[in-house]
Amino acid sequence: MPTRREVLAHSAAVAAALASAGLLPAHAQSQSKWNKAAFEAKSVDDVIKALGTARPVESKDVTLTAPDIAENGAVVPIAASTTLPGVKQIAFMVDKNPTTLAAVFEFTDAVETSVATRVKMAETSNVYAVALTADGKALFARKEVKVTLGGCGG
Amino acid sequence: MADPMRIRAQAQGSGAVVRVLMSHEMETGYRKDAEGKTIPAWNITEVTVALNGRTVLSGHWGTAISKNPFTQFTIKGAKAGDKVTITWVDNRGDTRTDEATVA
Repeated sequence: MPTRREVLAHSAAVAAALASAGLLPAHAQSQSKWNKAAFEAKSVDDVIKALGTARPVESKDVTLTAPDIAENGAVVPIAASTTLPGVKQIAFMVDKNPTTLAAVFEFTDAVETSVATRVKMAETSNVYAVALTADGKALFARKEVKVTLGGCGG
Repeated sequence: MADPMRIRAQAQGSGAVVRVLMSHEMETGYRKDAEGKTIPAWNITEVTVALNGRTVLSGHWGTAISKNPFTQFTIKGAKAGDKVTITWVDNRGDTRTDEATVA
């Protein structure tokens, strides 16, 4: 019968093998950690501070696609893309949500810097797509989305 | 274990357009139940996309992503037959991985 020590050593070895084969869950190998402070921030400024990037500048090179009017704030389709080189991340923010930051997508060279998703919006608000480049610049596109039915009332 | 994701990966031009629909409650932590108690937040926090085992895109999500999240993106240079693997992790530590083949 194997001792407890042997069993532990084995499970560690198996876990290491799984990790190297890319079979362990993503959090074991994600490029950076989930930024709790950024996701709890309550304004665009606070999110920027928590993410630790430069002050964002509005840019025509970042395209944010969102509806003018969202009938259902629980499901608002938004998309962002940019043709700029060196964009590593795109962050989606909804200004007047209880927590501003909705999502951060991290790109590698193997994907186009374009992503679409659906977010919840508590009320009519500005939506931001902020593109963060490898050299620390932050460029954003903004659009106001009118919400006729909020996404947080249930 | 949560319900499977629905993943569609279509070769288009020089890459593949991937659409994924996950099955998740995505509770915000702001809603209240019938007794007035706050329902704790329950949301996907991390998403990882791999092409043939190599990570190509990852996402960190907050509670503002809609219930049953949908995401679309384009993987450059993916061909028919390539394997797209998507993994999510939620704030309860639950996780799910699903795979699709580029068609």
